[in-house]
Amino acid sequence: MTHEVQPDYIGAKMGMWLFLFTEILLFGGLFVLFAVHLSRYPAGFHAGSATLSVPFGSANTVVLITSSLTMALAVTAVQRGERRRTLALLGATVGLAGVFLINKFFEWSAKFQHGIYPGSEHMLEMEKGQAAFYAMYYAMTGLHGLHVVIGMCVIAWVMGLVAAGRVHRDRFVTLENAGLYWHLVDLVWIYLFPLFYLVT
Amino acid sequence: MADSGAAGNGFLGPVAGAGHVRAWLFSTDHKRIGLLYLTCILVMFVVGVLLGLAIRLELIAPGETIMGAQTYNAVFTLHGVVMIFLVVIPSIPAAFGNIILPLHIGAEDVAFPRLNNFSWWLYVIGACIAVSALFTGDGPPDTGWTFYVPFSAVTTTNVGLAVTAVFILGFSSILTGLNFIVTIHRLRAPGMGWGRLPLFVWTLYATAWIQVLATPILGITALLIVAERVLGMGIFDPARGGDPILYQHLFWIYSHPAVYIMILPAMGVVSEIIPVFSRKRIFGYGTIAASSLAIAFAGSLVWAHHMFTSGMSDTAVLVFSLLTFVVAIPSAVKVFNWVATLYKGAIRLEPPLTFALCFVFLFCVGGLTGLVLGSAGTDVHVHDTYFVVGHFHYVIFGGTGFGLFGAMHYWFPKIFGRMYDRRRANASALILAVGLNVLYFPMLILGLQGMPRRYYDYLPQYTDMHVVSTVGSWIVAVGLALMFWNLWRGLRAGQRVGANPWGAATLEWTLSSPPPHHNFAREPVVTAGPYEFAEVRLDDA
Amino acid sequence: MDDGGRHHVLPYRLLVGVWGGLLTLTGITVWASTIDFGFLNVVIALTIATSKALLVVLVFMHLRYENRTFHAMVLTAFVILAIFIGFTFFDTAYR
Repeated sequence: MTHEVQPDYIGAKMGMWLFLFTEILLFGGLFVLFAVHLSRYPAGFHAGSATLSVPFGSANTVVLITSSLTMALAVTAVQRGERRRTLALLGATVGLAGVFLINKFFEWSAKFQHGIYPGSEHMLEMEKGQAAFYAMYYAMTGLHGLHVVIGMCVIAWVMGLVAAGRVHRDRFVTLENAGLYWHLVDLVWIYLFPLFYLVT
Repeated sequence: MADSGAAGNGFLGPVAGAGHVRAWLFSTDHKRIGLLYLTCILVMFVVGVLLGLAIRLELIAPGETIMGAQTYNAVFTLHGVVMIFLVVIPSIPAAFGNIILPLHIGAEDVAFPRLNNFSWWLYVIGACIAVSALFTGDGPPDTGWTFYVPFSAVTTTNVGLAVTAVFILGFSSILTGLNFIVTIHRLRAPGMGWGRLPLFVWTLYATAWIQVLATPILGITALLIVAERVLGMGIFDPARGGDPILYQHLFWIYSHPAVYIMILPAMGVVSEIIPVFSRKRIFGYGTIAASSLAIAFAGSLVWAHHMFTSGMSDTAVLVFSLLTFVVAIPSAVKVFNWVATLYKGAIRLEPPLTFALCFVFLFCVGGLTGLVLGSAGTDVHVHDTYFVVGHFHYVIFGGTGFGLFGAMHYWFPKIFGRMYDRRRANASALILAVGLNVLYFPMLILGLQGMPRRYYDYLPQYTDMHVVSTVGSWIVAVGLALMFWNLWRGLRAGQRVGANPWGAATLEWTLSSPPPHHNFAREPVVTAGPYEFAEVRLDDA
Repeated sequence: MDDGGRHHVLPYRLLVGVWGGLLTLTGITVWASTIDFGFLNVVIALTIATSKALLVVLVFMHLRYENRTFHAMVLTAFVILAIFIGFTFFDTAYR
């Protein structure tokens, strides 16, 4: 049934999972800092969190979860050999990622307009706990945003491979691995959202 | 490399249809990549040694002798960064792991050969950036290799570039570890069960997990230093709600396990060498394999023993001190097993065994002085003194260094198909071991007397010991020069050897020396453990 | 065990169902945050986040259908992360 067998399919996936572990621990370092700061300055974090817009954050959560869905659907589609549907679903994933970033851009620029950004005058004279909150906010959502951008590029590249017929129903591990990466980006956000927007 | 016909040169010979330099630099052959690593690592090692000699020379007398204080700060920082990130961490795993691991498990190559080449390139790029940090910006970094905040966040020297290099080198290390884990899981030859893996493979496996799980923490720490310097993030700045001790936590969460990245593969090499030259099955295979994993795991629980005097809580001091003693157990298990393997063995004192025996002795000194540091009471007295410097170099130079030299002498005939002068090699090992003790033992005494580390000047009462130590550094230099010269001669004009000059039982010795481009003409089927010497014959010519 | 049934083609319907579950949990966590449980708020938020994460990891990332080696590896990674976060509190919680 297969005319072009995937070279060590399980090995490739194992490699991807190991890479994801490194991503988890990269964020893990920041989660260590976040946990310590949160336990030290509960009041400051409360105040900082109250200034973030829950509707904005919730909307972004829905967007990202939906993009994760379209990615998972794309894996099923490629396994079934539905090429056009695969491409459409991947396109939707990239589009949703774009929406997430635009949303994020508006959130950040609103904060910037209030003079809240790393190294700003306003942050220097802010109460310590709140300053720590914003420092963590920019570090973690910034690094996450960077991962969204990388994920978009990876998915776009995989779309090219699908279109060129190099990723198909018998050889789809590249797409599956890109999917794993994208779900990880979603996974990190699943924790960032309640920690920054809801812990009040 | 060598001049005779391509047929006898194995993987060192030319590749059909490719330019010579290109075929090396972009090779996906694990053996070639391993040699590329080894070459770069040895070059950087020489750089690090020269910096170390300069440090010792400066300290031969109180006051300024050959450099000023700021230069001294830069030199010891650079010595640390070069030796740790460019030499010791990649030394055995990236060089010999690459060359030997696939041969050991009967595989054609590592799981991701192109990724393997990519991680070598990352290493080269990282090395170039690290070196360029010297000559650009406002002078070379002067923070020490630990890059502690707040100083690293405010110094005007070139810290940003140096931590960028560290980040890239960390990435290279991660990719190597990832590659090895998948290789060991997926590419073992038929019959090569987990109970038949050579112990070197076990240690590489444990090391690879540390590389994958701990190195990202170093990555984020490096990024945060850059953020601190460029953006004024304030995460470690107490004035803005940050905490400098948290930096130390993050740094040591990686850097303590990192010392196990350094020492574990060396232990693996020793576990290979000792049974071969005792011609006896290794004592306690299972416990050595398990202790490698135990060291890797326990090693990730003890990082804060570097911070007893940093002002962290007393509870943490207590917990981390206790856990530190736990790590000593699997390390001791290994030492006892090696000694038990030697007991009543048919010992041949060839150079690899000489290096391995020196390793065991020096590692014991290093390990036991580590317990002095790990117990909270004594650590308060000797923290940040020369005692730490002495201890660390016993473990890393005496341990990893001798493991690396042992590996070089053990696998040299396999890789190049030639033999060096064995008597001279034994002599160089002894000179190195003597020099090392003369160099570092006075440091232990100096530390107990209160000589602080990282100072370029000292009180006159410390002069005698400093002089002895500096003389030791010259002895070490002589030993190194003799060893490298001897190996170089062997490489150029050594006697040709057959497939199995040591009479070892692992798979790489079933191949011709040097091994061919494609490792195994037919996939090997493994029917015996790695240390069954009954059937093995020495093949000397 | 290794190669048998290596292509787990998940039905579209299951994936959409999981998506619905994730959205519901998001709604619950937002709603729960409007009530003041004191410190328990953090615990509740993290519990819900973890159940969402489990859904993503087990179904979207197909971990449920992988062999035991994968499960052990993922567990190892998270245990180590938990150690890194938890042991830091031996210091900061008692300072």
